[in-house]
Amino acid sequence: MDFVNAIILLLNYIFIPALTYGSQLALGAIFVTLIYGILRFANFATGDMMSFGTMATILFTWYFQSLGVSLGVLPTALLAIPFGIIFMILYMLLIDKFVFKYYRHQKSPPVQFAMVSIGVMFVTQAVVRIIIGPGDRRFFDGEKFIIKAREFKEMTGLNEGLALKSTQVLTIFVTIVLVSLLFWFLNRTKTGKSMKAYSDNEDLALLSGIDPKKIVLVTWVIAGILATIGGALYGLDKSFKPFTYFNNMLPIFAAAIVGGIGNPFGAFLGGYVIAFSEILLTYAYKKFFMYVLPESMEPNSLVQLLSTDYKFAVSFSILVIVLIYRPSGIFKGKVL
Amino acid sequence: MVGIFQSWNIALSIFNLCLISAVMTMGANIQWGYAGLINFGIMGYTALGGLAAVLISVDPVQEAWRAGGFDILMSLWLIVVMVLVIRFILKRFEKSKIRTYSIAAIIVSGILLIRFSAEPGIEAIEAVDPAKTGFLGGFGLPIIFSWIVGALFAGGLAFIVGKVALGLRADYLAIATLLISEIVIAIIKHEDWLTRGVKNVIGLKRPAPYEVDLQTTDWFIKLVEKFNAGKLSVIENLADRQAALNQLVIEGSSVFVKLCYSGLFLVVVIILLILTQKALYSPWGRMMRAIRDNEEAANAMGKNVVKQHLLIFILGSAIVGVAGAMLVTQDGLFTPGSYRPMRYTFLIWVMVIVGGSGNNFGAILGGFVVWFLWIEAAPISLFLINFFTAGIPETNALKAHLIESVPYFRFLLMGLGLLFIMRYRPKGILPEKIEIK
Repeated sequence: MDFVNAIILLLNYIFIPALTYGSQLALGAIFVTLIYGILRFANFATGDMMSFGTMATILFTWYFQSLGVSLGVLPTALLAIPFGIIFMILYMLLIDKFVFKYYRHQKSPPVQFAMVSIGVMFVTQAVVRIIIGPGDRRFFDGEKFIIKAREFKEMTGLNEGLALKSTQVLTIFVTIVLVSLLFWFLNRTKTGKSMKAYSDNEDLALLSGIDPKKIVLVTWVIAGILATIGGALYGLDKSFKPFTYFNNMLPIFAAAIVGGIGNPFGAFLGGYVIAFSEILLTYAYKKFFMYVLPESMEPNSLVQLLSTDYKFAVSFSILVIVLIYRPSGIFKGKVL
Repeated sequence: MVGIFQSWNIALSIFNLCLISAVMTMGANIQWGYAGLINFGIMGYTALGGLAAVLISVDPVQEAWRAGGFDILMSLWLIVVMVLVIRFILKRFEKSKIRTYSIAAIIVSGILLIRFSAEPGIEAIEAVDPAKTGFLGGFGLPIIFSWIVGALFAGGLAFIVGKVALGLRADYLAIATLLISEIVIAIIKHEDWLTRGVKNVIGLKRPAPYEVDLQTTDWFIKLVEKFNAGKLSVIENLADRQAALNQLVIEGSSVFVKLCYSGLFLVVVIILLILTQKALYSPWGRMMRAIRDNEEAANAMGKNVVKQHLLIFILGSAIVGVAGAMLVTQDGLFTPGSYRPMRYTFLIWVMVIVGGSGNNFGAILGGFVVWFLWIEAAPISLFLINFFTAGIPETNALKAHLIESVPYFRFLLMGLGLLFIMRYRPKGILPEKIEIK
């Protein structure tokens, strides 16, 4: 019985939160990696673009809520996400047209692109804050829990409760669907294959008649979908605050690089690597050992490898280590 | 201009921060403009400079030292031993899998050991009067010294970072330095025994006199009287004149203190400017440009590119460290929570790009212009909003919303400024000028 309790404890405090957080990071990381692979720059505006998409979703959610439209047990935001995506894509294409296009035609070095994306970051941050303000916004409605901790305890008679939030299930489910669709698109359709070709070797791709304009357009469309859904899921699960989104850019970068930048599948796994290591290293295992070990060996301290304050620092250290020893990432594979 | 519109006091505080920004910008400019190294870790070096200011100027907390000083020293000693052992292994053995794993094992066990040995000490230190101290304190020296120590701290960190990360490609380097600076901030924020973490250290010593003391000093009152003789002589009533004089003395004292700071900062800026200009036109500066423009050719000419990159990375970071110490000196308090990448990394980069990379005067100009706009963006945009919406009544929802979000227009201004400069004047306002003599 104690063993089952210990497993439930780990599930509840480590596995499910890490899987959720990892999915949110994974979507962002694929976004970063696609931009890096095809448009060839590190996009420092990632976090703020995600917050823009979330903001559009929130505005539509409020609009639907004021109309009285809802999805019952599911959050209304699901209905608003498609509209948010459209706004996000329009915004990205606008930015691309007025900012990035010029440098693409100039064939500027990646560093210059990165600088420009910092300009975009400032502007996007301003736009988001001017429209919706810097405060904390919650836009979740519908049923909050699928399994409540107390119900679970009563049901199974265990000491440890397992709480399953609907947003967690939603996040994981949506991520799986979206990522499988994306990989199907990249590997099976003609446009997806030409994107890969373009990312592998631009000149050869152009020679074989691939239209670069179309590639760039499709990339931004996919990026918009990923950014909005990733951002909205994070906002549903936690809450929306522009500053947090800006900060999330860093673990997202870490995930993309750990997975091997330019490699979407690596980025997908990288998100989970970062999330799990953050949570595994900062969790206090005292209770776990209390269940597993006999009474005489119970630990006195919290058995915590690092205090939770260093959550971010963990992922960054992993990234730094990977950068030094394996700059091409853990999951090398082919580029895109 | 601000002096006339708002007050001299505000004008001077903006001016002081402009000077500090200029120093930071010069540091970043040395790395980016001279050598083409991208450093997004400016925030970390600034914070280390601030840390130095605290460690140098605060009086030591005797009780805390008694409570846990031994444990802390012990762990520091352990860290030194660990580093030496790793160095020894690296020197002594050939590169192999066993070596890598054993080093990893040493690091992990060392961290656990250090945590174990330092824990009771840290707890004891943090328990000493936690509302006021709860940390080890510093050396109780004048705060000016911290400017040099800040440079040493930042340079030391830069040495480690440079050894580790300088081989990376430009955009990877940018990300790596950004993340390392976040780690530095996380450590400063959460190691309470060092600088009280997010509880902040306030009331640091000053290199300038205190306002309260000035207001009771005779020579200062006389000075203010002399300056405002014309204004005062108009007032007939003696009591009124005395009241007016008191008011003037209070205002004058804070202006005077700020002027003291400005003087000190100006000295630093001028010294740095002379040094960097000399360096730029020296053989060393030419070599740096050669390395920046064509690394392989410079390498082929027998220049040690790796070593020079490391050197310039350390130098630039050290200058940023000085600026960080200056900043804490001027504020008189150390607040780790306020170090955010937006303000301390990306804004400085806007200054470098706008001012003109590779040109020291451009860096200073960038620091001044961008900081001025950053501060004055809110009043300016408020004025513009009021101007354009003059016909709309105050109760209009859109207008109210816009006026409420005035503080965020500074981001918009900075972003647009950066984008326009990058597009139409990619070399900055004052582009790099190389005179061939």
